[in-house]
Amino acid sequence: MSRSNTVPLPRWVLAGAAAGALFLLLPLAAVAAEVNWAEFIPLVTSESSLAALSLSLRTAAASTLLCVLLGVPLALVLARARFPGKRLVRSLVLLPLVLPPVVGGIALLYTFGRQGLLGGALEAMGVQVAFSTAAVVLAQTFVALPFLVLTLEGALRTAGTRYEAVAATLGARPWTVLRRVTVPLVLPGLASGAVLSFARCLGEFGATLAFAGSLQGVTRTLPLEIYLQREADADAAVALSLVLVLVAVVVVGLSYRSAPARSADTRSAGGRSATAGAAD
Amino acid sequence: MSRCRPGRALAALLLTGTLGLSACAVPAGDQQNGTSELTVFAAASLAAPFTRLAEDFEAAHPGTTVRLNLAGSADLAAQILAGAPADVFASADEANMAKVVDAGMAAEEPRNIATNTLTIAVPAGNPAGIAGFADLAAAGVQVVVCAEQVPCGAAAEKLAQNAGILLAPVSEESSVTGVMGKVVSGEADAGLVYVTDVRASGGKVQEVPFPEAKEAVNRYPLVRLAAAGDSGLADAFVRYVGADEGRRALQEAGFGVP
Repeated sequence: MSRSNTVPLPRWVLAGAAAGALFLLLPLAAVAAEVNWAEFIPLVTSESSLAALSLSLRTAAASTLLCVLLGVPLALVLARARFPGKRLVRSLVLLPLVLPPVVGGIALLYTFGRQGLLGGALEAMGVQVAFSTAAVVLAQTFVALPFLVLTLEGALRTAGTRYEAVAATLGARPWTVLRRVTVPLVLPGLASGAVLSFARCLGEFGATLAFAGSLQGVTRTLPLEIYLQREADADAAVALSLVLVLVAVVVVGLSYRSAPARSADTRSAGGRSATAGAAD
Repeated sequence: MSRCRPGRALAALLLTGTLGLSACAVPAGDQQNGTSELTVFAAASLAAPFTRLAEDFEAAHPGTTVRLNLAGSADLAAQILAGAPADVFASADEANMAKVVDAGMAAEEPRNIATNTLTIAVPAGNPAGIAGFADLAAAGVQVVVCAEQVPCGAAAEKLAQNAGILLAPVSEESSVTGVMGKVVSGEADAGLVYVTDVRASGGKVQEVPFPEAKEAVNRYPLVRLAAAGDSGLADAFVRYVGADEGRRALQEAGFGVP
């Protein structure tokens, strides 16, 4: 919150930060050190690798779109609406964050699977989710949605309701307030939430494996390909791991490129964030 | 100044904590107090018989604790090659055992303790009416197999080639448990798994045996590792698995014994 960083941090905080950064970076460096560079290009451009990478990017994009469509209304309701049991609803919505993904996969299986809750109805409509790319998208959306909701809800609370109230007193209808005031204010938050969701989708493994299966070009995303290659060809698994790390770095880098835009919502936060935090 | 102290105490606590942790990570090869530990790395499919054998072996050798590390054979081989403290290794295929032997980490020639063959698992009631191996290639049948990279997938591929049929699986799982999961939940109409998996499922799936299965037999080699802490004890365990008690436990789990 303090924009002037004049008060120095205690030294042990710096030591702890260094240890934390090292803990996160060392394993990544170890992967890079393990790569068989002579074979790197052939390994990552093999037919199965490219199929997995392309499937991962396509499904993560579709899932992110689904996350935005479902997550924006959810975040708006959680941040603005008042209803009994809201606290409980929020905890349940965020459950996939702490749930092991494989549990999510099993839950999806018993919901959308052939023998699942909605399986019969889906089959009657001629839709089969099992073993399809749609199953991958469902699994990714399930685990990534809380990231978007959490980020956007935080941005909405930080932005506060002042401007919305002013717009309403000036005669703007709810839809106009949402479109002209609320959404533009939290756009940076929405963007970073979407990027986080996309990154989470890219890394999704457990739910996909349990729910969608694993078939080249259809359901075998990059993490599943890495897991499989590890059985037979460790070099290929390491090379593909590095590719996934690089894609993730690019994604995270892009989200931090939008940092200047985000200072707008920090500014509007001003002194309100303290009250927002206390209200939580 | 005094405000710094809790910080220092915390840092010291963290540091000692880390040291304590790293001390724990040192291979447990201690044999003080007359107790000894035996670490057995065994393929996941051996879980049921090896858990029983480990208990029986402990009973027959008072003061001995058998620690079982059960995982996929490729994982276990990779862990052993990376220096994990193991005394005995039981692999579900010869290829992964060869990795360990070729690295000079086996103390002896591996011996085959068990064989396993594939079978067809179908969900309760056999909804797709699978009657034999050729039915797996029928249109509209959702078949799940292991990927070629893992032993159960290699065996499935070999059987399909021998029978001259083309399998078009809806999923190629990275482990046989993945195949079982899809059959148990009814997502798949049929899956190619091991006889022992059907036996271990306790009736959750039905078996459709097929005669062609015996053309692809998976062998389970067992070996004492060169790095074994107590080679006498490790040797005793290897002999125990190969003796009558071991053979009986493996047979009851559905394995063939040589």
